[in-house]
Amino acid sequence: MTEAIISLGSLGIFFGILLTIASKAFAVQVDPKEEEILEILPGANCGACGYPGCSAYATAVANGEANIDDCPVGGPKLAAEIGAIMGREVGSQEERITATVRCNGDNSSAPNRFKYEGIQTCAAADLVANGFKGCSYGCLGLGDCVKVCEFDAIHVNEKGIAVVDEEKCVSCKKCVTACPRDIIYMDPGKEYVHVLCNSYDKGPVVRSSCSVGCIACKICEKNCPTDAIKVVDNLAVIDYDKCINCGLCAKKCPMNTIIMA
Amino acid sequence: MISNILVIVASAAIINNFVFKQLLGICPFLGVSNKVETSLGMGAAVTFVMAMASAVTWALQTYVLETYNLEYLQTIMFILVVATLVQLVEMFIKKSSPTLYKALGVFLPLITTNCAVLGVALLNVRSDYDIFESVFSGIGAAIGFTIALVLLAGIREKLEEFELPKAFDGLPIVLISAGIIALAFTGFQGFF
Repeated sequence: MTEAIISLGSLGIFFGILLTIASKAFAVQVDPKEEEILEILPGANCGACGYPGCSAYATAVANGEANIDDCPVGGPKLAAEIGAIMGREVGSQEERITATVRCNGDNSSAPNRFKYEGIQTCAAADLVANGFKGCSYGCLGLGDCVKVCEFDAIHVNEKGIAVVDEEKCVSCKKCVTACPRDIIYMDPGKEYVHVLCNSYDKGPVVRSSCSVGCIACKICEKNCPTDAIKVVDNLAVIDYDKCINCGLCAKKCPMNTIIMA
Repeated sequence: MISNILVIVASAAIINNFVFKQLLGICPFLGVSNKVETSLGMGAAVTFVMAMASAVTWALQTYVLETYNLEYLQTIMFILVVATLVQLVEMFIKKSSPTLYKALGVFLPLITTNCAVLGVALLNVRSDYDIFESVFSGIGAAIGFTIALVLLAGIREKLEEFELPKAFDGLPIVLISAGIIALAFTGFQGFF
């Protein structure tokens, strides 16, 4: 017993010392900038910058391969800090883009067709007879997006619709990929008008399944002063490059599909 | 003496090839056999680890484990040796060739859990080899591992140029190729 402890212990200590010496001898010179950047990065390793993790992004920035404002989690503040380390100016900041769930058909306005008791994920429910929801494009509310969000920024509200908390959203697009019905889009924030519908069905079909869906009446299109909103495939879509955020479409929409905060 | 060592090397490398005959070290065999160049680098790393591990584990077995009747500590001690050696190799490669370090990726630290390395140490003990025989059996095994990697990598490089049926594309055809090479290797059976 004693021999076992002594031999294994001394072997471990010997190898430990050996490795310590070797790590000094084979130490790799790391760019100090890289370490500094890694220090101030959020460390979420979410991959929203397009690199496998924060350390890969730090390496890329230090080598001048990546932009200093590619980290959506840290936002402009972090970009300024990285800029200070790298001695570079932050470029003009674009509008903050966050995830938006383009569906407003909650329990009260878009009733279910049948009771679903299968596996409680949107992906599974979507496969059963085109989903339990009356509208085959609407949010199922089982929270596949909630599960993938690492920042607690998306929740299913009490009426069964996923809603994004824009304060917390870091635009990592994970929910966009997770949604089996593809109703989450990257849009400008709440201060802009939004068409909260993703149904490509014709007007009468939408009307029969949802009381807040886009019926493609084109009233918004006719009223828009800058031609920013167009009805394509029975659905109104806003071109945010042209939109001046006047809110006229939201006022005129007979179904209250277009929302202005 | 020399003929004896030759037999040990040839037996470990070809006849009892670790990958094709004893089915050890399959994970890096499939993982790093994308390119001939990387598989050669992996082969070199494994050769160093196996040769060193054979020597160190032989010394441990003879002077520590058998002297104090501690044979039951064999597995954990051998793994400790292998892990230390792999760490050394990893530091060395990171310093000397960052490109190779990147290409090998996670499979480099995974040599630690490569059963071929532990396997060669345990087989040395079972075969009652002395120190020279142990080291050469380790080198032979590593040569065999490298041969297997390079053979499969060569085939995979060629396969990339062909348009395969969807069901075979990717890993399936690699496994089939590996199986056919393994069949071919049974032809060396009973050479000595």
